[in-house]
Amino acid sequence: MGGLQRGSAAIVGVAESDLGQVAEGMSVVDLMAQGVSRALDDCGLRLKDVDGLFSATTQSRLSVVALAEYLGLDPAFTGSTIVGGSSFEYHVAHAMAAIEQGLCKVAVIAYGSTQRSVGRKQASVREVNPYEGPFRPFMPSSAYALAASRHMHQFGTTREQLAAVAVAAREWALLNPAAWEKKPLTVEGVLSARMVSYPFTVRDCCLVTDGGGAIIVTSAERARSLKKAPAYVLGCGQSTTHSSISNMPDLTVTGALAAGKAAYAMAKLGPADVDAVELYDAFTINTILFLEDLGFCKKGEGGAFVEGGRVAPKGSLAVNTNGGGLSYCHPGMYGLFLLIEAVRQLRGECGARQVKDCEVALAHGNGGVLSTQATVILGTSAAL
Amino acid sequence: MPATDKSPNKTYVEHLERGELAYQFSPEAGKPVFYPRVLCPHTGSSRLEWRVSKGLGTVYATTVVHPGEGKPYNVALIDCDEGFRLMSRVEDIAPDRVQIGMRVRLRVHRPGGEDDPYPVFTPEEGV
Repeated sequence: MGGLQRGSAAIVGVAESDLGQVAEGMSVVDLMAQGVSRALDDCGLRLKDVDGLFSATTQSRLSVVALAEYLGLDPAFTGSTIVGGSSFEYHVAHAMAAIEQGLCKVAVIAYGSTQRSVGRKQASVREVNPYEGPFRPFMPSSAYALAASRHMHQFGTTREQLAAVAVAAREWALLNPAAWEKKPLTVEGVLSARMVSYPFTVRDCCLVTDGGGAIIVTSAERARSLKKAPAYVLGCGQSTTHSSISNMPDLTVTGALAAGKAAYAMAKLGPADVDAVELYDAFTINTILFLEDLGFCKKGEGGAFVEGGRVAPKGSLAVNTNGGGLSYCHPGMYGLFLLIEAVRQLRGECGARQVKDCEVALAHGNGGVLSTQATVILGTSAAL
Repeated sequence: MPATDKSPNKTYVEHLERGELAYQFSPEAGKPVFYPRVLCPHTGSSRLEWRVSKGLGTVYATTVVHPGEGKPYNVALIDCDEGFRLMSRVEDIAPDRVQIGMRVRLRVHRPGGEDDPYPVFTPEEGV
């Protein structure tokens, strides 16, 4: 039977580069290389062991080539699929496939961005869409705001419920020393912040920071001989539903439904088995949509689900335990950080924010304007 | 597929210049196609017919953009009665009063200069 083999590969090393506001003049490849160096240290492998190289960034047209040159590598296998913030979840599946096929043995997946230092306009080239451009949507915020308007209309979701997502993320961030945001946030604080694109205030929107990192993927067999407990790749799934928001079939149902279904099927697990849930929260509506589409609650009930601190620390479901794109870090393509946090939770390295007895973690990446969705389910040896 | 002598977008814009909102229809799929393209995404066929919308639709989703400078303005997704959706805005009404489900009618906006005309909508009572 074809397809990826559950547990054939593992993430063995993870690291962030410098985050937040990085030193003046740092390039995106400098940040990728920092991540690579730290992730190699994390697992005890060396640069000469790396024969698979994957990267994505908006600031280098041929980023994997730039990274190979910088690291002095001529990798046997390269991948630079770029589908937005979920690119790195796609890379995990691609790296796993390459490892299964013997095309490479040790794959690095790297990311870097200096969007805070250089400004969003510099960091990401705007493409002209003649069917949307004239209406001056503030992208990507307005696309997600349109989705939120639809969710509010169809299911009665409220701005207070959206705000509860931001508040929970902030509470987690206050437990994460690496998080950008350091001060508490209230529902009132979210609602009264500067309006960006209704119903979103600036507190419903992800941060604009610098940052990057790297993760190392190798075969399950090799993973067992390395420094730290492997995070086995149990399931992967992807879905591409549209590119521009005017072409999204139903603004209340995302490709996370199909991506999650595929990942759960491969992992032979369901939402009830997941201990830590890392969702790409570019905007507060994302967390609600993905909780629904990934089966943690029913469609339309996501707003009620996030109320009362249910997804905050000490809540019944551990969601976005690093503080998320809303409060920890968001350099433009956040997907790699979901994987880093999922691995750390499985290893029990998360200190004050550690999820108890964490055996299965789900990282769900989102790209474009809810366009590309990719789910990676990771587990400890106990979950294998 | 034969060579294309006029781009789908060019045909679309020419209709707008005549005050019309054009869309494509795939006879094999029996469905409208929007934005205009060289093949039907439902069937892969290059057989696409141009049709002109009656210009009536319903607001599917709406937001109000608050720019750093200048007044807030509406951005909406409109479901046209012929079964296709497009991004637009609803004018002649305060941007925060635009409601999902509101009936709207086409008006072609002509920004002038180098810019192509584009379709906007206005509230339509009782249609």
